[in-house]
Amino acid sequence: MYKYDQYDQAMVDARVEEFRDQVRRRLDGSLAEEAFRPLRLMNGLYLQLHAYMLRVAVPYGTLNSVQMRALGDIADKYDRGYGHFTTRQNIQYNWIKLEEAADLLADLAKVEMHAIQTSGNCIRNTTSDQFAGAAADEVIDPRPYAELIRQWSTFHPEFSFLPRKFKMAVIASSTDRAAMRLHDIGIEIVRNAAGEIGAAFYVGGGMGRTPMIAPCINAFVPIDQMITYSEACLRVYNRYGRRDNKYKARIKILVHELGKDEYTRQVEEEFAHLLTQGIEPPLAELERIQAHFADPAFETGLSDAIDRTDPDFALWVDRNTHPHKQPGYAIVSISLKPVGGIPGDASADQIRVMGDLALRYSFDELRVTHTQNIVLPHVKQADLYALWQVLQANDLAAANIDRIGDIIACPGLDYCTLANARSIPVAQKISQRMAAKEQEIGELKLKISGCINACGHHHAGHIGILGVDRKGVENYQLLLGGCEGADTSLGQITGPGFDEDGIVGAVERATDFYLAQRADGERFLDTYRRIGMAPFKEAIYG
Amino acid sequence: MKILTGNDLKSGAVTWWDGTEWSLHVEDAVDVGEHADPVIAREQAARRVTGAYAIDAARDAQGIRPAHIKERIRALGPTVRPDLTLKPADPEAGNWVI
Repeated sequence: MYKYDQYDQAMVDARVEEFRDQVRRRLDGSLAEEAFRPLRLMNGLYLQLHAYMLRVAVPYGTLNSVQMRALGDIADKYDRGYGHFTTRQNIQYNWIKLEEAADLLADLAKVEMHAIQTSGNCIRNTTSDQFAGAAADEVIDPRPYAELIRQWSTFHPEFSFLPRKFKMAVIASSTDRAAMRLHDIGIEIVRNAAGEIGAAFYVGGGMGRTPMIAPCINAFVPIDQMITYSEACLRVYNRYGRRDNKYKARIKILVHELGKDEYTRQVEEEFAHLLTQGIEPPLAELERIQAHFADPAFETGLSDAIDRTDPDFALWVDRNTHPHKQPGYAIVSISLKPVGGIPGDASADQIRVMGDLALRYSFDELRVTHTQNIVLPHVKQADLYALWQVLQANDLAAANIDRIGDIIACPGLDYCTLANARSIPVAQKISQRMAAKEQEIGELKLKISGCINACGHHHAGHIGILGVDRKGVENYQLLLGGCEGADTSLGQITGPGFDEDGIVGAVERATDFYLAQRADGERFLDTYRRIGMAPFKEAIYG
Repeated sequence: MKILTGNDLKSGAVTWWDGTEWSLHVEDAVDVGEHADPVIAREQAARRVTGAYAIDAARDAQGIRPAHIKERIRALGPTVRPDLTLKPADPEAGNWVI
């Protein structure tokens, strides 16, 4: 994986000391809160419901065991012994003290991490496929391109004050595991008929109060022009994106209002101009980055056979491992969703255990997924049983990836100042209620947001839940039919909302109805798409 | 009644104005009536609190109860982590929020 060079390290170290001085001036009164607030946000430090919250960037979700162990140690040293993995492949700490924040950032910098680009109207931490570099179905490892975007976008002076925040995702597989089309820019690395590598650009997607699926504006940009084309997309947005209304300031609104064709025309015009400016990084820089992402030293001649006599282990293998490009290896997903647990939360000890397992079994690599789980990308099949036993001993062996218990949930009103309703208790109750039926139901992605900002991706859930505030009382809307994969779709609201217990019952009625109606091989989403909303609505509301 | 809440500048902890200083406990909050703004201005200028604002609350048999659930969660702590609330030993504490 990528290692900082002297410029990266110097930049991050300087930023820590700059922030240390800003905190000092805030505490001694030299800086008022109005002046300090944007500075702390640019360093990932929010003031949340109970305390300061620090969001730490995990670029494209990739980290090594030293970094993972450091995240665990930080949870103990500066927080209350746990962290929360987010839908942006980041980690958040909920109980940070301002007076200790610079020391925390310094500890992060020692392991080549930071909290830059985790807040503010800039290009945020770029996300990617959690199976990158390991998946059997990818065109090429997308992470070097995500890293190139990180380097281009970090502190980019032209894009440090965009109309709104800006999120990019890069994948290289037709199986979209990163919700790519629900980003401001989604890039799919593709190979054309001539065998050349290029980038398909999807621009203007997003969730929030106005969910939109990004249209493809260019199906093949030569890969050695990817940054230039990205810059053209950003320039048109920066120039014409609305700054008068924050609810209409995202690029999706601009693309929608201009129309895809006119937005694309302007981008192509800007792109033609930028090509004359020579802004694309030299090939040597991409090759330097790619060298960091070379395959580990896989053993060859290994068998894929494993002993499945332990039924709990066999179930976990079926649910939580995916095919690897190298025979004899598997991609392992560690679920952070035990029955009744808090989605995405992990204790300091669990974080360190996962780091240790990465070092021992996965060539020192981990990934944070946008579904709030952890991936060990390169595990020998022969090591799976030993790995699973350690996971079991640490309450990390839930066998439920992509099942109804694998719930995405934002922190909601338990932690977030923006939330209107709690998400986590609803997730816990659904997880408990549905646990016995989980395997029978099969693939079902359930996502919960505590407000319309949609950090819990409720629009993209096969079943989505949106918490709202109804005259000071929590209320939950139910959505069906969302999907974030290659066949991205947006969920539709079923009807009137429910209280906390009512929404759990509504989910159960929806899944019971699915079980009664499904045809052979149909997932919940397939059945919904075949028979439509009306019969589900009848089953839910009676 | 109107009570004042904010966050301790250094620690970020949720605090409540008790008429003299900032308390961690909502039951210490006092009714500031129509005098919220000058208190907020003075206390923020002195850096004893940040992000302060006034909220509606009522006094009942259990003490002072903020009107909105968000403020009750702030007053107690996350309902999903009773061990991290101000009343970790009270299994019924979460009921006060709802």
